[in-house]
Amino acid sequence: MKISENWLRTYVNPEIGIAELVAQLTMAGLEVDSIEPAAAVFTGVVVGEVISTEQHPNADRLKVCQVNVGEAEPLQIVCGATNVREGLKIPAALVGAILPGDFKIKKSKLRGVESLGMLCSEKELGLAADAHGLMELAANAPVGIDIREYLSLNDNIIEIDLTPNRADCLSIEGIAREVAVLNKLDWSATLVEKTTPTNIDELSINVLTPDACPRYLGRLIKDVNPKAETPLWMQERLRRSGMRSLGVIVDVTNYVLIELGQPLHAFDANKISGGISVRHAHTDESIALLNGQTIKLDNDVLVIADDRQALALAGVMGGSESSVTSATQNVFLECAFFTPASIAGKARKFGLHTDSSHRFERGVDFTLQERAIERATQLIMDIAGGSPGPITEVTSTAFLPSRNAVIIRKQRIEKILGLKIADTVIADIFQRLGLSVVPQDDDWLVTPPGFRFDIAIEADLIEEIARIYGYNSLPSNNLLMRSELGLAPEALLELDRVKDLLVARGYQEAITYSFVDEDIQKAIAPNDAVIRLQNPISADLAVMRSTLWGGLIKAALYNTHRQHTRVRLFETGLKFVEKDGGVFQQKMLSGLSLGSLYPEQWNESTRNVDFFDIKADVQAMLALSGIETKFSPAQQTALHPGQSAEIVTSDGHHIGWLGMLHPTLEKELGFDSQVFLFELDQDLLLKNRIPTFKPLSKYPSVRRDLALIVKEDVSAEAIIDCIKANNQRILQDIVIFDVYRGKGVEEGYKSVALGLIIQDETQTLTDSETELVVSKLLNTLTDTIGAKLRD
Amino acid sequence: MSAIPEEILAQALKELAQSEDLNQIDQVRVNYLGKKGLFTLQMKELGKLDPEQRRIAGQVINQARDNFQQQLEAKKIELEHSFLAKRLAAECIDVTLPGRGQSIGGLHPITTTLRRISKIFASVGFKVVEGPEIEDDYHNFEALNIPAHHPARAMHDTFYFDAHTVLRTHTSPVQIRVMESEAPPLKVIAPGRVYRCDSDITHTPMFHQVEGFLVDTDVSFADLKGVVYEFLRAFFEKDIQVRFRPSYFPFTEPSAEVDIECVICSGEGCRVCSQTGWLEVMGCGMIHPEVFNSVKIDGERYSGFAFGMGVERLAMLRYGINDLRLFFENDLKFLQQFTHKDG
Repeated sequence: MKISENWLRTYVNPEIGIAELVAQLTMAGLEVDSIEPAAAVFTGVVVGEVISTEQHPNADRLKVCQVNVGEAEPLQIVCGATNVREGLKIPAALVGAILPGDFKIKKSKLRGVESLGMLCSEKELGLAADAHGLMELAANAPVGIDIREYLSLNDNIIEIDLTPNRADCLSIEGIAREVAVLNKLDWSATLVEKTTPTNIDELSINVLTPDACPRYLGRLIKDVNPKAETPLWMQERLRRSGMRSLGVIVDVTNYVLIELGQPLHAFDANKISGGISVRHAHTDESIALLNGQTIKLDNDVLVIADDRQALALAGVMGGSESSVTSATQNVFLECAFFTPASIAGKARKFGLHTDSSHRFERGVDFTLQERAIERATQLIMDIAGGSPGPITEVTSTAFLPSRNAVIIRKQRIEKILGLKIADTVIADIFQRLGLSVVPQDDDWLVTPPGFRFDIAIEADLIEEIARIYGYNSLPSNNLLMRSELGLAPEALLELDRVKDLLVARGYQEAITYSFVDEDIQKAIAPNDAVIRLQNPISADLAVMRSTLWGGLIKAALYNTHRQHTRVRLFETGLKFVEKDGGVFQQKMLSGLSLGSLYPEQWNESTRNVDFFDIKADVQAMLALSGIETKFSPAQQTALHPGQSAEIVTSDGHHIGWLGMLHPTLEKELGFDSQVFLFELDQDLLLKNRIPTFKPLSKYPSVRRDLALIVKEDVSAEAIIDCIKANNQRILQDIVIFDVYRGKGVEEGYKSVALGLIIQDETQTLTDSETELVVSKLLNTLTDTIGAKLRD
Repeated sequence: MSAIPEEILAQALKELAQSEDLNQIDQVRVNYLGKKGLFTLQMKELGKLDPEQRRIAGQVINQARDNFQQQLEAKKIELEHSFLAKRLAAECIDVTLPGRGQSIGGLHPITTTLRRISKIFASVGFKVVEGPEIEDDYHNFEALNIPAHHPARAMHDTFYFDAHTVLRTHTSPVQIRVMESEAPPLKVIAPGRVYRCDSDITHTPMFHQVEGFLVDTDVSFADLKGVVYEFLRAFFEKDIQVRFRPSYFPFTEPSAEVDIECVICSGEGCRVCSQTGWLEVMGCGMIHPEVFNSVKIDGERYSGFAFGMGVERLAMLRYGINDLRLFFENDLKFLQQFTHKDG
């Protein structure tokens, strides 16, 4: 909310400067967003009166004016504005004046005629973004006085960002009340006198939904002057509150809204058929609103209607048909209390947000309506005359908000704030805030006023005490918390440990959005159900990721497009998978590697990363936890069919995938080198095996190397499995140290060189014992997988 | 006696002097000291002499042999030194050339920041808990005292899947989930991704928060202030000015925004702090009685505080990052700047 400092100070004027004033507000929870001067900086402009105008001898569009600026002699000023005329009072910039934008006014000649100043528009004074002609001042404006003084321009606009609980501060009076409390000053509200009706005409008012509209006041004002203009002081106050002047009647309702916090609506009484009713909209009823939008209503929306149709969206916005115009002479003023529950969400539902809905949603003082309608009547009559009728009031007391006494216990205050505050201080805070207080032995009974919608329980009152006492005056404790020994669950490997490993292996951590481009996701995971956002921020961030690869691929492309030829990325986070009608949010760890294995370096030939390089990275992670896994050839839509492996734990759980991005996708997505990917389930990966000690053998180990010729389709794993199945107790380890195809090996076969590490725990092995083991293994290998010893 | 020891010695020393490497020296050693070496043979011949002569002759031979042996050792050391010097000279390299092998990657600055935050809180016994990111309306709003149509919902631009399912707009639902399943005392922090339907220079649709809360029998606002002060001082490693400002969150009361003295201008006023000298870094407050009600914790017996902070904001202030969007572009040129940062 924007307010004028000068206007505020007419209510309460503490002897502090603007800086301290806004600091006070901010520290009381009324956060000041900005302070701006009410007018741009300019000097040397006074109120002038045009005494005469003559046609410029050399220019059709210019006039030569004699202007009284309060000096002995009038000044001759050449002016091009169309509205310049005899008797008009205008801002006159004198020679030597400096206008906004550092525009200096000098004595000059315009087409040969001397001009001693300039007559100004609102735009030229920085008071409006644009203007048509000169700024017209009131006829009684005192000639010669500085325009800044006359328009009270030495003012600041204070913008306050109010939290939703402080509806009571959505008016100049509300802020004044707060400033008075903070400075321990008195203040008084605008004096409003009751207007005596000068006619007896009324509209019938029928409130069909008293629960939503417990109070409705209406008044007809007839014969207002449609030509009347909003006085400058009111225009200026509205402008400083962030509102445009839209004609007397609307300006008055806006003015009362800012002044008192009560939204009012004015209808053109001539456009109302019959009486007024407050009701829910009919299904399929529609209304054309003041902003030009036509909306279709349904029956949870409250409307103000006449006998024929809905006239306004209650508490939100009026309709265009019944609105006041520059021709309106008979006005029907509405001043109601709609409950927050009946207005909440209604404006948003239609994409609207108005000053009125903002206030009703948060809570308007339900005792204010009579004062507000009288204030508006008074202002309309002052400016545009007219004949007011009596106020018609429909109030359903039963549905007005209740203000129950809240008990606040002295010990509870101390418990929550950690400080004992003197009873007198607390009682004083309550009283200054306008709460009624009844002291009892160990507590107080506190009843909030109508303007406070945020005080219903003890905690609300404790907050008020803390706020006014000052958060920064409250104590601060060092951690006096009971401490306990922390846990160190060893069966769980820390994710940080795995991340650090990847970092050590040259991977850079990325963080990508959890929502991705549907096209990329479809390309890499066409079989995954799509979990779509209802209201995505953009089409390329519209579906939840079912794999982390989408984000990594996009991040990799971002970098390859920026001359990076080597990219190694990993990311951790949730993937979202639809399963059995529900959404599974699974913690994953994924990586991507492309380009050379090592950064370019001297004396070492570069080689591009391949399957086995990232398999080593994956195996290193698996080795951290000691989880036993198998890598099996398997098909994955995103991966090369011959270079992809499914990783499965020894107890059969799928832990993840590893492989080369499918060459078709590589091309489609715009890569110009092979891309390798892995994705692992964090929960399985981080299951840590707690080591158990095995006694060390004191006896030497021996190694026997075998070169086996096997068919091409016999996998390394099949060989290893076959050896393991033979179950030789003294066989400790197997190393594959070469795989060879070519000369000396028949086509369709390959030679696999193995090292067998053999060691007994109880004795030194003899050659014959070793040979026995090797020959048994060879026999099995021949029988099971057709392996031959290479000659 | 075939030869006199002095002559043998003279001959041996001559050969030794002519030796140029360890092999030649060894050959000389064998010639004189080996099984059939000249000194050895002389010793053997001593047996033919009578005892008195043997003693005298033996002394002479021993002297000559010891002399030779000493010189042999000295020559050996000299040669070894000279060889070593040659080798060292030959093996001299340019140590300024870069090392080879795998380069080091790096953690994302958000991770580094989260690690530091977690470490600081873990040191006083806060437990780290995570929660789902696709969340139901109840945990994200209702249980946090934000009923449907509450104006506070307008402050959360929510991503929806359907009327009841959202992307969590804050990490506060983790507070609810923990309090639903565990009994006080509780000391928890909940870091994670959160989502708001907003995207411009200062907003990304996804960002990170750390929620923290503590529930016990006698927790006061003073404890909250203490924890927040200590945390901010630990995080910025500086005795930084901190202020608490009344604010409003439906799930805490009293509620506060926490401002720190601008770390860019030290409170002088600059562009980053909009000339105020202060930077808003977190929201906090005493857990609202309604929240305790919804998780069935006795709010009379227990009290607690909660706080929430934006991780990107803290990382930006800590490292001087000036554009929020950089965090999620994953430009290697950006990420690699944080390689050496580790919590």
